[in-house]
Amino acid sequence: MTKGSNSTNGYKVIGTRPIRHDGYDKVTGKALYGADFSISGLLFGKILRSPHAHAKILSIDTSAVENMDGVKAIVTSQDLPQTNWTKEKDAIMAKTKVLYKGHPIAGVAAINHHIAEEALKLINVEYEILPAILTAPEGLDPSSPLIDETKKNNISNHVKHELGNIKKGFEKSDVIVERTFDTATVHQGYIEPHNATVDWNSSVQDEKVNIWVSTQSSFDIRGRTAEILHLDPSKIKTTPMEIGGGFGAKFDPYACPVAALLSKKTGKPVKIVHTRKEEFESTGPTPGSNIKIKIGATKEGKILAAEATLAYEDGAFPGGVVSAGALCAFATYDIENVLINGYDVLVNKPSTSAYRAPGATNSNVGTETVIDEIAEKLEMDPIEFRLINASKEGVRRADGPKHPSIGVIEVLNAMKKHPHYNEPLPEATDINRGVAIGFWMNGAGPSSINLSVHPDGRINLIEGSTDIGGSRASIAMMVAEVLGIKAEDVTPSVVDTDKIGYTSGTGGSSVTYKAGVAGHIAATNLKKSLIERAASIWGVSPKTVSMENGILFSTKDKSLSISLKNLAKDLNDTGGPIISNGATNPSGAAPSISGHIIDVKVDKETGKIDIVKCTIFQDVGKAIHPDYVEGQMQGGTVQGIGWALNEEYFYNNDSYEMANPTFLDYRMPLALDLPMINTEIIEVPNPAHPFGVRGVGEASITSPPAAIANAIYRITGIRVNQLPIKPSLLMESIKK
Amino acid sequence: MKWIDYASPNSIKEAVALLSNKNTVARAMAGGTDLIVQLRAAPERIGNPDVVVDIKNIPELNEINLDSKGLTLGSAVPMYKIYNNESITASYPALQDSTSLVGGIQIQGRASVGGNLCNSAPSGDTIPTLIALNATCKVDGPNGSRDLKVEDFCTGPGKSVLENGEILISIHIPAPSKGSGSSYLRFIPRNEMDIAVVGVGTSISLDGDIVKSVKVALASVGPTPILVSDAEKIIGKSIEDEDTLKIAGEAAKNAATPITDMRGTIEFRKHLCDVLTRRTLKIATERARGN
Repeated sequence: MTKGSNSTNGYKVIGTRPIRHDGYDKVTGKALYGADFSISGLLFGKILRSPHAHAKILSIDTSAVENMDGVKAIVTSQDLPQTNWTKEKDAIMAKTKVLYKGHPIAGVAAINHHIAEEALKLINVEYEILPAILTAPEGLDPSSPLIDETKKNNISNHVKHELGNIKKGFEKSDVIVERTFDTATVHQGYIEPHNATVDWNSSVQDEKVNIWVSTQSSFDIRGRTAEILHLDPSKIKTTPMEIGGGFGAKFDPYACPVAALLSKKTGKPVKIVHTRKEEFESTGPTPGSNIKIKIGATKEGKILAAEATLAYEDGAFPGGVVSAGALCAFATYDIENVLINGYDVLVNKPSTSAYRAPGATNSNVGTETVIDEIAEKLEMDPIEFRLINASKEGVRRADGPKHPSIGVIEVLNAMKKHPHYNEPLPEATDINRGVAIGFWMNGAGPSSINLSVHPDGRINLIEGSTDIGGSRASIAMMVAEVLGIKAEDVTPSVVDTDKIGYTSGTGGSSVTYKAGVAGHIAATNLKKSLIERAASIWGVSPKTVSMENGILFSTKDKSLSISLKNLAKDLNDTGGPIISNGATNPSGAAPSISGHIIDVKVDKETGKIDIVKCTIFQDVGKAIHPDYVEGQMQGGTVQGIGWALNEEYFYNNDSYEMANPTFLDYRMPLALDLPMINTEIIEVPNPAHPFGVRGVGEASITSPPAAIANAIYRITGIRVNQLPIKPSLLMESIKK
Repeated sequence: MKWIDYASPNSIKEAVALLSNKNTVARAMAGGTDLIVQLRAAPERIGNPDVVVDIKNIPELNEINLDSKGLTLGSAVPMYKIYNNESITASYPALQDSTSLVGGIQIQGRASVGGNLCNSAPSGDTIPTLIALNATCKVDGPNGSRDLKVEDFCTGPGKSVLENGEILISIHIPAPSKGSGSSYLRFIPRNEMDIAVVGVGTSISLDGDIVKSVKVALASVGPTPILVSDAEKIIGKSIEDEDTLKIAGEAAKNAATPITDMRGTIEFRKHLCDVLTRRTLKIATERARGN
């Protein structure tokens, strides 16, 4: 175990490390994931996908399949509601054009998945192949084909942020560094593929579409599926199954509308589970990008001007992440003159999705390596240089808002005085150290929590936030803290969309923040009701009754005291059950700052890169359950390392087909590729949360690539301009 | 959807009969770590078999025999039984190198050296080692048995000299001569569970510092594993001489005929042939000297 913060600051539950409530089911294999779900009469669906990256659909002939043994239904775009055709519908099943290799065209339901698979081969689609593009710079080239012919160019979104006067800022600068970077498309790489089981109950009295799915947002699945199928969302019930990772990629409904249509046609439930190849080729990668960063500073080390031009792949449909990349590009620094231009560019790849601090890692690798280079030119310590320019509360971000409470200085100071930063490097010349910091603003959103009292005095907690990072435990702990009981005495569960008020998705590191606020309200209300009940039993004023450590007692009369456990038994006879809820849409999420110190080893004869030692520092506001906070810090770091070193969508020359859609060749880091990721929790409380929470899930991924690139420079003298920094590329540079 | 039959014969004769049945397409299976993946992902690439013949219940194919003449490995012997056998690893350290880095622990529990050879992937990690160690193999089939050198076994990616109905029985590696050592190194950008960008297997025998014999073989740089014949140019030279290593490295580089793909470029792979050849020669030399 890493040594982490275990500070409880007077708290009894918060800051401790209880066993997670969902742990037993998970380690014993009892937890039910989407692919485990079964129901009587189940059919199995498969999706036919485009073999071409860009093509007109001339015809689709399903006649060979219609009477095939075991096949129960076939659907195409014709089965989607035809009025008000939208891009969202086109993403579910293409109507006139396919926009990427893997674009869905038709769905088949059969008595087993083998037959469904065979049936796909017999559907005959005629295409007229169109020229395709794969990267943002290609998409920006005016001579490139248009992905959306109704538009003038392939730019689907342009953001521009400006502060001060960029020209003057550079004129006054003593040192200016300008660099360009290309980063490859990468995938979130969660273990569990997307899945959906849908049962369309067409009963006239109560038509209901039941969806069981692995998702980060059951309410998003409900809303977006409803929109595509022209249904009232109230007619859809989404049950979130346990989720085997999401990292931002599990918001889209993907197979849900297809399974729904197949279920409607057959009157039977239909289950679709993606293969890994389908995951890589047809679900949200995060964009490859082209990043230009120019920064100017005085010889005293004050940054005067910073400019970023960011071009991100959007994939086949609008909805890219350059806005966040632009927002985060210089957010950790207080710079007077800033110009940021960001472009989402349509290309013939699957539509991009969020991936842990979506967009921020791309711009960060540019900013943080250029910062390192300026510090070097000024002969300044890279952390000292960052401290001189560090952003603080009240500083205006280039995109407009002023920073709320923010821990850049605290994180940098912790890095500066940490033994890892100060210990001498090994004598070998092939190992060196790099640093970088990162930013994520964090989100919030509506959240609902219901509480009730079990007969044994434990508290039942019902929530709508699907749990991808230990949030059942952390919300239970916050409720337990308010009530003065143990975390184990709160039993949390995540329920379907009919059983809880609206709750926004598990993304943007929002859950511990927003559900914490809702849970705090609910627990405070519950405590009040319990106190009132005890007071009414004793015939005293509630003002004279208190509750601590699970005991209700009179502050005036020592003889009046009852444990929550005993009170719970008698609730029905003393006035009826006690429940409470908390529903809120809180503002006040505050940013999290990450910092990495990474020691890297380069084999100068082969270009092979190994991570020797790694410490992550992160301002988390308040760590509710430090194990899971550290888990987030470590997980994000590992994904950042993978992004830096080997992960990429690889295309052979003149091919528009991803060459490596398997975990064998899409090279994520494995256990032997990683040292222990040491964690240092920094706690600068967020004043807008009852316990000071900041979201912790994302900043951690942003800074490893730059820290690694900065270390590689110190070993080889090469300024990396490309991700991944694969051995063959590094070797080429070393040889030059 | 195609149904596939499973057969589990107890004798070579029975296996050969199943494999040479003209009414079916049969494939032999040892550990199944390649075959089952292929059956699921691309059965057409292995001839759409309708019978899988599991050879693990044939006693002769599970035998390990180590004597003064050398090592005989049944074709179904799983890799873990090799690297866990100290008598084998002491005599054939390159075989330990190779078998302990194929896949992960679970794979090594089932996969066999014989299967690795029959799969005939250009990247097979045990094949350069077998070639460097002068291994031969014994094949049986409807027309009787025959012996051939491992370096002549693979004929293309996934293709071998095995005729219809033939089965690999065993692999024989001659006893190492005095003052000899061997080594296998693989380059992958990660540290486990990956396919060789380049693999190099080397054996050397020395008289003092003088190279008496040497054999270098390469993986992943051509349609089949490649024997670097020109490495023999260093016979008679001192292994302590940097030039000697350079000559061998250069020979490996020249023998390689790689392609550019997602795992590496032509230039990078040729460069790695040179680096890994020099490194394996150094390791093999140290082992020859008993260090």
